[in-house]
Amino acid sequence: MTETTRKTGVSRRTLLKGTAGFAGLAAGSGAITGFPYVKSADAKVLRYLGTAVNEGDDISKQCLKDTGIKIEYITATTDDVTKRVMTQPNSFDVLDTEYFSLKKIVPSGNILALDARKIKEFGNITPVFTKGETPGGKKIGGQGTAPWKVLYLEGKDSKKFATSATEFVTLIPTVYNADTLGIRPDLIKRPIGSWSELLNPEFKGKASILNIPSIGIMDAAMVVEATGKYKYADKGNMTKEEIDLTMKVMTEAKKAGQFRAFWKDFNESVNLMASGETVIQSMWSPAVTKVRSMGIPCTFQPLKEGYRSWASGFCVSKGVSGAKLEWAYEFVNWFLSGYAGAYLNRQGYYSAVLSTAKAHMEPYEWAYWMEGKPAEKDIKAPDGSLLEKAGAVRDGGSYEDRMGGVACWNAVMDENDYMVRKWNEFIAA
Amino acid sequence: MDMSEDILQQAAPGLLPGSGTARAAKPTRLSPSFISWLQAGPMMLVFLAFFLIPLVFVVIVSFWDYNEYQLLPAFSGRGYTDTFEGCIAQLPDLCTIGKTYLKTLKLCFLVWAITLFIGFWVAYFLAFHVKSKTWQMGLSLLCTIPFWTSNVIRMIAWIPLLGRNGLVNSGLVKTGLINHPIEWLLFSEFSVVLALVHLFTFFMVVPIFNSMVRIDKSLIEAAYDAGATGFQTLVNVIIPLAKPGIVIGSIFVITIVMGDFITIGVMGGQQIAAAGKIIETRVNALQFPAAAANAVILLVITFLIITMMSRIVDIKKEL
Repeated sequence: MTETTRKTGVSRRTLLKGTAGFAGLAAGSGAITGFPYVKSADAKVLRYLGTAVNEGDDISKQCLKDTGIKIEYITATTDDVTKRVMTQPNSFDVLDTEYFSLKKIVPSGNILALDARKIKEFGNITPVFTKGETPGGKKIGGQGTAPWKVLYLEGKDSKKFATSATEFVTLIPTVYNADTLGIRPDLIKRPIGSWSELLNPEFKGKASILNIPSIGIMDAAMVVEATGKYKYADKGNMTKEEIDLTMKVMTEAKKAGQFRAFWKDFNESVNLMASGETVIQSMWSPAVTKVRSMGIPCTFQPLKEGYRSWASGFCVSKGVSGAKLEWAYEFVNWFLSGYAGAYLNRQGYYSAVLSTAKAHMEPYEWAYWMEGKPAEKDIKAPDGSLLEKAGAVRDGGSYEDRMGGVACWNAVMDENDYMVRKWNEFIAA
Repeated sequence: MDMSEDILQQAAPGLLPGSGTARAAKPTRLSPSFISWLQAGPMMLVFLAFFLIPLVFVVIVSFWDYNEYQLLPAFSGRGYTDTFEGCIAQLPDLCTIGKTYLKTLKLCFLVWAITLFIGFWVAYFLAFHVKSKTWQMGLSLLCTIPFWTSNVIRMIAWIPLLGRNGLVNSGLVKTGLINHPIEWLLFSEFSVVLALVHLFTFFMVVPIFNSMVRIDKSLIEAAYDAGATGFQTLVNVIIPLAKPGIVIGSIFVITIVMGDFITIGVMGGQQIAAAGKIIETRVNALQFPAAAANAVILLVITFLIITMMSRIVDIKKEL
């Protein structure tokens, strides 16, 4: 617009219109700084690579409002996120990924550890991540790639995980949950209390397990252990013999027709359960919620052997520096400041900083989601749709009970390559 | 009429009505072989850049080593040896790769046979029984209806139809034909073949139809006049002349089915192995050399099948 003023032969009227418009624009954007020529400062944009778990339009809108940072989501599946970090590290700024993928990502040198001292709420992060125990002091099962094993690096550019706390954090924790089997109580019609039920011939042709090797193998291990066939030293880091044994048990079940199908993505698991094709299967918490919101009974069943847990957090691409790095810190700090945490808690996940999330939730919401108390009022999803009627109790109960009951974590094993080959064999059997 | 137009006319007769005379009026003369190169050039470049060069990379990478997080550019046959792991030790049982290819070939053969049968008769109907060009066009467009929605949606749509509580099963139970829902309707080889046939019959119809409309009708009249029965005309006149279309359609269907992993995954409930599935799992585990090795194996096998088919019919000659 200022360009027009430089042209010769501009009438006074156009000039006035131009300047007025310009002034209005500047005033509107709050950018009047006294300079005659205002080029809007570089928009604060961060490219955010992650799975759909943490990504919500509401979160990015609120973030823009609070910090002026515009988040551009790049959504991919867990496997594809890792693939992208390896092959195109310059295609994103902020990375939101799971702790188990760190065993692959950190040695590649494609990410930058963040400085714990610049994270305002770092001291308030739940001890689940830092000590491997619940705030109430319950010890959490550490088999697999538990976050506290891979939380710190030895130095800024180190590729080694530190055994004690340092200021260099691989992933700033954001969200985590405890997963278990989903069941259709209306079709099973009896209590289910153990992972071994997945292979119970009673559910022949009506069971399912997820076909993502690094997660599926953990569910399989929970099942094998529950049937009493074998006790692993570390489910999350099996030997070749243990992998063979686990796959043998699963292959026999598959050949006997135990499984209706395997599933690979969220929607497949919802379809299988909602249509009644399966009555018991590996499942993720929001998928259970989705089935329930369709009016179909579905329970995220707590089991006596415990939960399989996962956790994710933020880091940045190694290509990020200068102002962009500062925005990244600003964004991570904002993410832990409460709004996003409350949003995630309301979806049935858990936020890394509990105190700030609590401040952003109604007391009755906190009581339902975190304390395992019966809902005082109807429980609504973040989008306002009805999740539970008043009086309902969360499956598995309180935060202490659920996180305290975790037995193992999603894992990348030392024998990952062998495991993937055996998994292919299982599918081909 | 110069050479290049001859070629064009052979490839698509009647496509350039009057163009021969229009061209002849121009006195400019480029060497015929230069014109041929010029015409083939753009396609060749695209082919080179987006097919041959990437393929060379795949072959190179298939001989690299790898670890958890990176490719190691050192010669290694690990991608291949891992793939054939246990093939000798497990004899006489088949190893994973053997079982997988056997299953893939079986599915491929079934889909090929069924799409060929259906595709041939649909094309036959369109070419010989539908007289008006408009109707021929309209009806062939109708065949594209399955392509109006995404592949995944088309597949998911089978679930409420074929599922345990689906339309077919509940219909059969209500009419009293069966007591219990039929389980093998969904997440089985049956459902995989059904979905693949539904998706790919069209690829058979088009080339066969194209061959058939080019059959000189007077040949059929001559056969009739010579006293041939309908069946004799079909076997001795129509099928031999429609062969190029049949082979091209077969190549389409076979190459697609051999590499498929999405349809087999969704309709087979992720429980049926397929050559493409192995590649996918390997890629997802960031084991690119192993994935590349499997891709090369798949390519070689598919190529062998196609070579065998072109032995039966010399496509170049027939076109």
